[in-house]
Amino acid sequence: MRFTNPKHSLSTVDPSGETSVSLLPTTPEDMWHAHNLIAESDLLRAHAIRKVVTTTSTGSTTSERVHTDLTIRVQSVFFDPAASSLHVSGTVCQENPHVSLGQHHTLDLELNRPFQLWKRSGWDSVALKMLEEAVAEDTGEATCAVVMQEGLANICLITDFQTVIKQRVESNIPKKRAGGSASQGGMTSFYEKTLATLLRTIDFTKPRPLLLCSPGFVAQDFRGYMQSEGQKRTDKKLQRIAKDAVVVHSSTGYVHSLNEVLKSPEVQATMRDKRFTGETSLMDQLYERLRKDDGRAWYGAKPVERAVKEGAVGRGGGVLLINNKFFRSLDIKTRKRFVALVDKVKEDGGEARVLSSDHESGQRLDALGGIAAILTYPIFDLDEDEVEEGGNGEEGEPVEEGAMII
Amino acid sequence: MSRHQAVRNLDYEAELEDEYGYSDEEEELSPEDQVRMTEGTAQVLEALGVEAPKVTKAQIEESLYYYFFDVDKTIAYLISKYIDPPKKPAKAAPPKAAPKHDVATAGKKSANVQSNKKGPSSADGVTNQVGQLKIDDTPLPKSRNLNVLSEFEKTKGKKTASFVVVGHVDAGKSTMMGRLLLDLNVVDQRTVDKLRKEAEKIGKTSFALAWVLDQRHEERSRGVTIDIATNRFETDTTSFTILDAPGHRDFIPNMIAGASQADFAILVIDASTGAFESGLKGQTREHSLLIRSMGVSRIIVAVNKLDTVNWSQERFDEIRHQVAGFLTGTGFQPKNIAFVPVSGLHGDNLVRKTTDPAASWYTGNTLVEELEASEPSARALTKPLRMTISEVMRTPQSPISITGRIDAGSLQMGDALLVQPSGEKAYVKSLQVDDGEPADWAVAGQNVILHLSNIDAIHVRVGDIVCDPAKPIQCVDTFTLKALAFDILMPMQVDVHRGRLHAAGKIEAIDAILDKVTGKVIKKKPMIVKPGTVSRVRVTLHTKVPLEAGQRVVLRSGGQTVAAGLLE
Ligand SMILES: Nc1nc2c(ncn2[C@@H]2O[C@H](COP(=O)(O)OP(=O)(O)OP(=O)(O)O)[C@@H](O)[C@H]2O)c(=O)[nH]1
Ligand SMILES: [Mg+2]
Repeated sequence: MRFTNPKHSLSTVDPSGETSVSLLPTTPEDMWHAHNLIAESDLLRAHAIRKVVTTTSTGSTTSERVHTDLTIRVQSVFFDPAASSLHVSGTVCQENPHVSLGQHHTLDLELNRPFQLWKRSGWDSVALKMLEEAVAEDTGEATCAVVMQEGLANICLITDFQTVIKQRVESNIPKKRAGGSASQGGMTSFYEKTLATLLRTIDFTKPRPLLLCSPGFVAQDFRGYMQSEGQKRTDKKLQRIAKDAVVVHSSTGYVHSLNEVLKSPEVQATMRDKRFTGETSLMDQLYERLRKDDGRAWYGAKPVERAVKEGAVGRGGGVLLINNKFFRSLDIKTRKRFVALVDKVKEDGGEARVLSSDHESGQRLDALGGIAAILTYPIFDLDEDEVEEGGNGEEGEPVEEGAMII
Repeated sequence: MSRHQAVRNLDYEAELEDEYGYSDEEEELSPEDQVRMTEGTAQVLEALGVEAPKVTKAQIEESLYYYFFDVDKTIAYLISKYIDPPKKPAKAAPPKAAPKHDVATAGKKSANVQSNKKGPSSADGVTNQVGQLKIDDTPLPKSRNLNVLSEFEKTKGKKTASFVVVGHVDAGKSTMMGRLLLDLNVVDQRTVDKLRKEAEKIGKTSFALAWVLDQRHEERSRGVTIDIATNRFETDTTSFTILDAPGHRDFIPNMIAGASQADFAILVIDASTGAFESGLKGQTREHSLLIRSMGVSRIIVAVNKLDTVNWSQERFDEIRHQVAGFLTGTGFQPKNIAFVPVSGLHGDNLVRKTTDPAASWYTGNTLVEELEASEPSARALTKPLRMTISEVMRTPQSPISITGRIDAGSLQMGDALLVQPSGEKAYVKSLQVDDGEPADWAVAGQNVILHLSNIDAIHVRVGDIVCDPAKPIQCVDTFTLKALAFDILMPMQVDVHRGRLHAAGKIEAIDAILDKVTGKVIKKKPMIVKPGTVSRVRVTLHTKVPLEAGQRVVLRSGGQTVAAGLLE
């Protein structure tokens, strides 16, 4: 994404949001950025096609499609990650020869067509940071990961901000039984299916990193299969893809196993500069601290807010982690509160990171309520008023003497 | 045709009533329903064969409509009503009436029909006959309508039991079972010699006995068990099913599937220097926790490879002492734990007592004697049918044959089954039990092959559950669990395992920490749960899967078992 006017930059953005920012999305990922920038009750102006029905003097009607620019007050934003398409609905709020004020319209943002945005709540620090990321240089080809286990393969693209599941391959692998080589044939046809789907859905014309991940030997054997197919078909490109593929251990074929993959030494070594590896290690730090249960890590809005207010998330290791989804869904008042939280942490010298909830680390944070913090000193009972201590709530079931209830 | 028309053809009075109460709701059949009606009518006519002229098209359509196009029920109803009415004149079941509805499939229309209040008072009588009537004239599999439980009582012969063989990777589980099968003459020496030659070729001679069970190409080339191998053998008193589990941590989902079918377990421990210690940190521990939390209470500990330490009694006692302490801490009762010093490779103390002079200090039972002394867990014979599908395959008997162990209830040839989560119905065309013997029926605890009919392959997958259509298991994507934590728990992503079934999800919230013994709430909404603590957690899944209260599930995360518990 870039500013439509090359003279514009982050520093020319009017923080009040009253003058518009005009942006040009150029890559599919830019739609994801736009999704994070455009919030409810902002004003958005973009290209639209309307069907206009005109009645002639003779009473007959003609309908034609007209191209026009519409400005709407945003009511809802719908993003389809698989198609990288963004649909923004709202009511028309500026006179237009074809559409009357107040009418409902859905703008479908398009690649290489500019849009203008007026931010109702202004460009606060979080919004500015998102804008900065949106207009930053693209860091290269997205990483492809095939997360697999026997009979299941998830083909994903990992960009700087999202993990998109492109295809899911499922096969029934016959189990072993006396004298049968059925399962071997089953595996071969599973690899065949996976490879065909991989080459069909992912563009390898420019080299891009390929991670093959699985428990056991599935990924390794799949790489072997790719190699031998490459030779059999004398397909140079396939041979190259197979050669460059990195085999990484994961405990399952589910996409959330990417967490283990991204923190593996193999991946850390080759992709240290990628944004998502940094997020993964931050989440790991958080988990480590939470496990210690030493009062230095908290999750959930209330305790984190308290900790930040006390100044416990500052210089010397304080980290605030918030999911961007969190900002997407907040009303303006609540948003201000959380932006203030981010600003306070930065003031105090701590690190505030807005994670992408469309990545695996963001998903992990999501499970914790979308917000968490590592404190510089321990505080206990931050969740105090939420907890009523009590041994009276439950009727104990009769159990065998000394036995456990499960 | 409209619903009213169907009614009109049959009952004039109802029509009036109908006109009055339902005028707004009059609607044509939807295009899909029209297709179903046409197809259903054709199927019914075909099934009725020579008896077809005894019913009118209107009667067929009426019945089809009220049974929501369930052809079998329609046929049964028509037979009972018009073709072969019960001898005792059933007073009710007038033709105007809607027979009993299948609540599960009844949608909005069912509500209409029921509020119509014309259902016959003897609707139950009619449905009760369905089972018997569908036999005679339909193309469905024939049932002999046995009282399975009394048949089962009559045939009480040898007891049957399944056991799972668990333990750390390379502890010698497969080798021990290979040797056991050889010494019991289930496998002959020639076969083993042949395997040894093949193993020699790829430099894996020491795995020859393991290859009796490790039959997959990947297993043999790598010398590691990947999936459960099932084998059978008999002693004078008992017919046993072996479930040889993989020890490698990557294949724990397969081990869980095996353990879920077991009455008891053999825990194999590598006694050689250093191996016992690393196993205890590894899967010796995880497997023990898993089988205990999955409800296995009897465990036989085979202290293996004692040949490598010259049958040192000291080593055996050391291991026995540590493992006993650990197992009782895990919740096994001392009376349910047995220890046998063995060498799986050479066969000492498996079937025959060791003759090695260095091992003369041991005078206890052999492994097989301990197995025979183990009581299989009680069978839930009278509960509604539940069976988790272990395998789906094509056989000469049917394009869709499934295997599995019946967890609860019973079934017989001709029975209708419901497959969950697809919700599709299938029929048991024929079945085989345990060793592949054709059978008319089977009960909980038995391993069966069911040959299905009337169902499409896409609706039947490994891990699915087949159940009684009248008392089906529900599919859920959220549940609460009384869980014992093996690791720190917090709201996090987890995989949920129950037998072959596994699904991705997350711990949505931790409601409370509970007292281990009384179940009383100790702390509400804790931030984290410490290992060894019992808590009530709420779990959500990405997809709906068949689960119900009282089932035991395992939660794993990042390749580790983090908790196990009981569904509430
Ligand atoms: N000396 C000696 N070696 C044994 C004995 N039992 C097994 N082994 C060796 O241990 C190695 C592993 O045996 P397996 O039977 O494959 O072990 P496993 O427990 O089935 O392994 P996984 O299924 O992969 O977990 C083989 O090389 C066996 O020959 C024994 O009693 N004595
Ligand atoms: Mg093995």
